[in-house]
Amino acid sequence: MMGYDHEQEAKEEESHLYASPEEMETLVLEDHPSSTDHPANLAASSFSALSRHPLSPPPEIFTTTDSVDKSDAYSFAPLSPSLSHHREQRSPNSSFNSFLEPPSYADAMFRSFDGEPSEVDGHDHSELSNSEYIHISVSDPHKVVETSNSLVPGGSYYYTYLITTRTNVAEFEGTDFGVRRRFSDVVTLADRLAEAYRGFFIPLRPDKNVVESQMMQKNEFVEQRRVAIEKYMRKLANHPTIRKSDELRMFLQVEGKLPLLKSMDMASRMLDGAVKLPKQLMGDPAAVVLLDEVVQPAKGGRDLLRIFKELKQSVSNDWGSSKPLIVEEDREFMERKEKLQDLEQQLSNVSQQAESLVKAQQNMGETMGELGLAFVKLTKFETDEAVYECQRARALDMKNVATVAVKASRLYRELNAQTVKHLDKLHDYLGMMLAIDNAFADRSSALLTVQTLVSELSSLQSRIEKLEVASSKIFGGDRSRMRKIEELNKTLKVTEDAKCCAVREYERIKENNRSELDRLDKERHTDFLNMLKGFVVNQAGYAEKMATVWKKVAEETSCYARGLS
Amino acid sequence: MQQNQQSLSGLSQSPRSPQSEPFLSVSVIDPVKLGNGVQAYISYRVITKTNLPDYQGPEKIVIRRYSDFVWLRDRLFEMYKGIFIPPLPEKSAVEKFRFSAEFIEMRRQALDIFVNRVASHHELRQSDDLRLFLQADEETMERARAQEMVIFKKKPADLMQIFKDMQAKVSDVVLGKEKPVEESTPEYEKMKHYIFELEDHLSEAQKHAFRLVKRHRELGQSLSDFGKAVKLLGACEEDALGKAFSELGGRSEALSTKLQIEAHHLLMNFEEPLKDYVRAVQSIKATIAERANAFRQHCELAETVKLKEINLDKLMLTRSERVGEAEIEYRELKAESEEATKRFETITRLMNDEMARFQEQKTLDMGLAFHEFAKGQAHLANDIADAWRSLIPKLEACSSS
Repeated sequence: MMGYDHEQEAKEEESHLYASPEEMETLVLEDHPSSTDHPANLAASSFSALSRHPLSPPPEIFTTTDSVDKSDAYSFAPLSPSLSHHREQRSPNSSFNSFLEPPSYADAMFRSFDGEPSEVDGHDHSELSNSEYIHISVSDPHKVVETSNSLVPGGSYYYTYLITTRTNVAEFEGTDFGVRRRFSDVVTLADRLAEAYRGFFIPLRPDKNVVESQMMQKNEFVEQRRVAIEKYMRKLANHPTIRKSDELRMFLQVEGKLPLLKSMDMASRMLDGAVKLPKQLMGDPAAVVLLDEVVQPAKGGRDLLRIFKELKQSVSNDWGSSKPLIVEEDREFMERKEKLQDLEQQLSNVSQQAESLVKAQQNMGETMGELGLAFVKLTKFETDEAVYECQRARALDMKNVATVAVKASRLYRELNAQTVKHLDKLHDYLGMMLAIDNAFADRSSALLTVQTLVSELSSLQSRIEKLEVASSKIFGGDRSRMRKIEELNKTLKVTEDAKCCAVREYERIKENNRSELDRLDKERHTDFLNMLKGFVVNQAGYAEKMATVWKKVAEETSCYARGLS
Repeated sequence: MQQNQQSLSGLSQSPRSPQSEPFLSVSVIDPVKLGNGVQAYISYRVITKTNLPDYQGPEKIVIRRYSDFVWLRDRLFEMYKGIFIPPLPEKSAVEKFRFSAEFIEMRRQALDIFVNRVASHHELRQSDDLRLFLQADEETMERARAQEMVIFKKKPADLMQIFKDMQAKVSDVVLGKEKPVEESTPEYEKMKHYIFELEDHLSEAQKHAFRLVKRHRELGQSLSDFGKAVKLLGACEEDALGKAFSELGGRSEALSTKLQIEAHHLLMNFEEPLKDYVRAVQSIKATIAERANAFRQHCELAETVKLKEINLDKLMLTRSERVGEAEIEYRELKAESEEATKRFETITRLMNDEMARFQEQKTLDMGLAFHEFAKGQAHLANDIADAWRSLIPKLEACSSS
């Protein structure tokens, strides 16, 4: 009997798993870019590498430059990703009103980060209803040596990280707590979320980075991972639906072993599937679809037969002469999808150009600084060796220019650090594109399941019909055929139930897609607007400061100017 | 005197009335490419406005090329030892850069400055070679230039001198006197040391200035690319946000232009004056070498004269027939020695004056260059601030809608 496998197993046995893209390399049913190769990730990693370049402005800047107002008592640590750990919630608009004060944005730019909603954890752009918050931080990596069955003596170890949460969300029992988790726990959380929230734009978890980890220094790697986990946690807390999930709550709060089912590796799944296959092929009546499984995609599951069937269906969709019985007919969805692809391309382009811009600003600052230093040396030289009075005058002019050049160089460096921060939003959204791809993939695979079941149904029905016709030709009925028809009818019923289930699932995912798209549009609108504002205010502010210092020197040297202009 | 008005283009004020102070003002303009292929070159129009009696006034226009300027400078260097001859821009090393608009403009500016400096130097302006350069027709100029190209162009007396110099060098080595004789007064030592170290410092500053020009260009380019990309992104978004992106992209592109303009301004008004300063210092080093030569000649001749004197006395004591001959030789040598001494002393005197003038002039030149630098940067920063600031109300409007 052909059908989906009935699984009688109890809760202990693992349910079907959602394979993350990189694990599907051996069984790819559709074109799915591996997340590590995505250009967004490459750009993001090189971008953030750039931001970790020695661009960090020394904090003493604010005491040496006289152009800085005393009111800028703001302590400045622009590059630290854990900048806003304990920032209280602020209405995003209040600090921007202060920007309307003419004329100087020089002060305003230091306040521009106050209102950035994305800096604050657990905040979302629209639903600030109960002023709920979830602050998560990841810290304190500890090395743990695995004592059991390691082939290498004293070899195997892993790191655990302390995950501390501060929240006022009621579902959590408590307001301040922390647990220790290792990276594979994070992977498990990601997998469970992907299963439970099909159709949602689930933030992508940090990469496993197997090869890279061998190349790096251990502490560098651990630090990078810590940062990545923290970013991921915060993104999860920022998602209006996922932040309420049980999975996240358990991850954040339950001490000891993570009470989520572990993800199984590909090989074991395939092995299980291979064991079941003969039973399915033999037409074992017990080998019928389990409704639970229908709501998960075939890929990455253990039902080899189902995988083959859906593969066959997708091939027939693409190459077959007749259209499948149910198609993606949501015009609006197709349009939005196309627009998103367009958006992704442009985002990637802008992010590349933004990187060049940052590099150019950095170079400008460096060269300006070098020029200033060269003049400082010259000044000292002329002063030391002065024979004529005019040499001293020249040395003084030179000193003024050198001082300003060095100041300008520092300003460029700061400007750049801020620019990097602002334009990082682009990378966040590029990363989100992958999450969106996943959500759309959920939809396609659910559709494929439906289509497969529908054609399954129709083929069952035609077989039944054929048998009935054949059997009716025999007087008194055909025992064996009747039996067969009965069996097929049973299978038909089960398959119909499965199909209804699959259709429901498909509709659910469609709805999730839609609501997420709406959310994306709204959030993106706000985020990008803030990004632009931040960028522009930043540029204007620093340009103003530079204009001020250069103007002073221009005035001091105006006696040399020709009488013409 | 109007010292404070003295700028890079020299005394270029027009006379209040034709009979008043003598003036000589030159401009080098209108570069034109002549010739074909490998032999192509740039020619310039040199316009001389003057009321000096020796010159064909009030205005004369001639066509000159770079090698003509080189001829003039070589002649001046020969004739006016001790004076810091104004420097020329370098020959271009890279072939394809030779005819770029920017290179030609930089060269033209430098040549203009060169000629004007010569014309406003109280000694150099009297040079016959200068007059030839400014007034002669093209064929005469070409002939003069061709004569210089002859390798052994030196007069026989000079050839003898070269021979003697070589002899002296050899004998020095043979006699174990490796080091040539050098003056070593503390002031002069200090000056030499100053010049040599100054060149290093200035070269470094000029190098960074040149790089800064490049950085401006690069920033301009990336602003332009960024602007374009942002505009495309804006096309994906709708309404207010799309417009915001598109405006931002537009501003970015506009600023790119401003940066390119400032890059050019920085090149011509800050980097080039610095480069000019470096060249001037190198010219001084050449004069220092000349002074060293003159000093050596003066020393050696003085030595030789002493020896000749001793020899003459010996001959006179022994009443040899060779006394007459020796006496003549002695007198000739004495005259030569006195000449050499005079030459050396002239160079020393001139150099002292020149040094003072040089320092004064450089304070003015650099002051102006710094002023231009600061002014340019201030303008640029203001433009940038204005451009971005003008966007803010628009962005505010977007978020409130």
